[in-house]
Amino acid sequence: MIWNEAKECMSRDELESLQSARLVKTVNRVYHNVEYYRKKMQEKGLEPGDIRGIEDLSKLPYTTYQDLRDTYPFGLAAVPRSELVRVHASSGTTGKPKIGVYTRRYIDVWAECVARCLAMAGITKDDVIQIGYGYGLFTGGLGAHYGAEYLGALVLPMSTGNTKKLIDMMIDCDVTAIACTPSYLLHVAEDLEKEGLVDKIKLKTAICGAEPWTDEMRDQMESRLHIKAHDIYGLTEICGPGVACDCEYHRGLHIWEDHFLPEVIDPETLEHKPAGSDGELVITNLTKEGMPLIRYRTKDLTRLEYDKCECGRTMARIQRFRGRSDDMLIIRGVNVFPSQVEAALLTVEGTTPHYMLVVDRVDNTDTLEVQVEVSENAFTDEVKSLEKLSKEIHDKLKTAIGLNAKVRLMEPGGLEHFDGKSKHVTDKRKLYS
Amino acid sequence: MFIKQLSVFLENKEGRLDDVLGVLADNGINLLSTSIADTTEFGVLRLITKEADKAKDILKNAGFTARVDDVIAVVVPDAVGSLAKVMKDIHRAGINVSYIYGLSIDGPGAPIAIKTDDNEKASAVLEESGVKMLSTEEL
Repeated sequence: MIWNEAKECMSRDELESLQSARLVKTVNRVYHNVEYYRKKMQEKGLEPGDIRGIEDLSKLPYTTYQDLRDTYPFGLAAVPRSELVRVHASSGTTGKPKIGVYTRRYIDVWAECVARCLAMAGITKDDVIQIGYGYGLFTGGLGAHYGAEYLGALVLPMSTGNTKKLIDMMIDCDVTAIACTPSYLLHVAEDLEKEGLVDKIKLKTAICGAEPWTDEMRDQMESRLHIKAHDIYGLTEICGPGVACDCEYHRGLHIWEDHFLPEVIDPETLEHKPAGSDGELVITNLTKEGMPLIRYRTKDLTRLEYDKCECGRTMARIQRFRGRSDDMLIIRGVNVFPSQVEAALLTVEGTTPHYMLVVDRVDNTDTLEVQVEVSENAFTDEVKSLEKLSKEIHDKLKTAIGLNAKVRLMEPGGLEHFDGKSKHVTDKRKLYS
Repeated sequence: MFIKQLSVFLENKEGRLDDVLGVLADNGINLLSTSIADTTEFGVLRLITKEADKAKDILKNAGFTARVDDVIAVVVPDAVGSLAKVMKDIHRAGINVSYIYGLSIDGPGAPIAIKTDDNEKASAVLEESGVKMLSTEEL
């Protein structure tokens, strides 16, 4: 089902003139209201009048995570603080999170974007949907929740952490749809199979996101649970989940181009690349009021396809992600940068600067093992002092990255050291096929 | 009176114990007793040898993390309750036992290694109670 046919299926010409008008408006807004952007534009000798439409997009400066950090928390806000109604955040490379702020009107825009995605997956107001994303600063829970309510579905805000209750209520309440991470859904599938409950559920549709997944995972969920599974994409900085979603033809994720202007750039030369090229996805907010970002570098590597889809939508499709142009990991839906781990370890006495993150997927759940070398003088003959060290590392990591990591103490020299920059990550999952 | 104990940090990795013992054997270190404290993540190998300091240097040069600590070696008579009495003496003095293990050294009596949070005081208490203790030389 198409939620907003007038927008989702508008002709490319109409769409491009809408995008141009909105881009001009957004550029004017940030130039006049955000000192940081005004300076950035002035440094490039740009005035708002130089941007007459999307053809001038490549003249504009990029926005990166570094810019968000430099202006944290509200330096990029384009409206007075009193106009803002919500903050969401996801982890940044070190210390400060990446945040997004929302005006009341934009909460509705976001909800409509999510509702379009849910409708694309075949979900309607007659569905009963469980939201299995965390509720809180993370955009997943509240983002999917507001979208599902906007659509009119009956929403069960499950959040995360209690699979048994999720399964019980899935059966008791005749739940027909679920929004959660793909790895969590496979974990749920396993529990359903173990308990012999697969025949008892009425689930038809899953809308999964917050981490990259593969066609093999889709095949598994669809065949094991007899459902249809759709991929939803988003990022906190731009708005949250609901930036893009894949339709029943699974030819890529339709990005809501009337709100998010996508382009692909070369992450090395930073040159704008023609349609159909591989590169880094860059998004410009076209309708966001609170903190519109201009040419935000997502660091996600992909390609955009613009031909009309069989589903009738004209919106460009983001192709399968090939990886990232930075070292960010997504573990159980949580963004983790090795530099965050490094910073946390530096505060623990008794470890060397050598460490290794080993990420794996066991029984469809991501696991993170942090291997740390114990320094010579931290070693004692007593197990309890080493266990205390291990616990201290675990707790500091939990605070820094929000995940429970398995800490493995290693002998000094036990970790491979590389010349110059050490390699700090071993990712055994095959997320980018 | 104490004996010297060599402790070695072991990653929980296949063949690591073999590596340690191999290095010591290659360097002619004779081991009198071994004990291992293990968790799921790592182990601490405790070794008694007359050449603990030399053995530590050998292991360090071979890339291991090792250290030498004093432990008390008591010899308790081969009779019911004799170890319990030693423990009671230590406990009464307000000293905590960190760990304890049997030494595989010939009797008479049962040689036991004890590490406490105050070895000096424990040693004095046991001396006063007439408990027989060993030095490294006596091993």
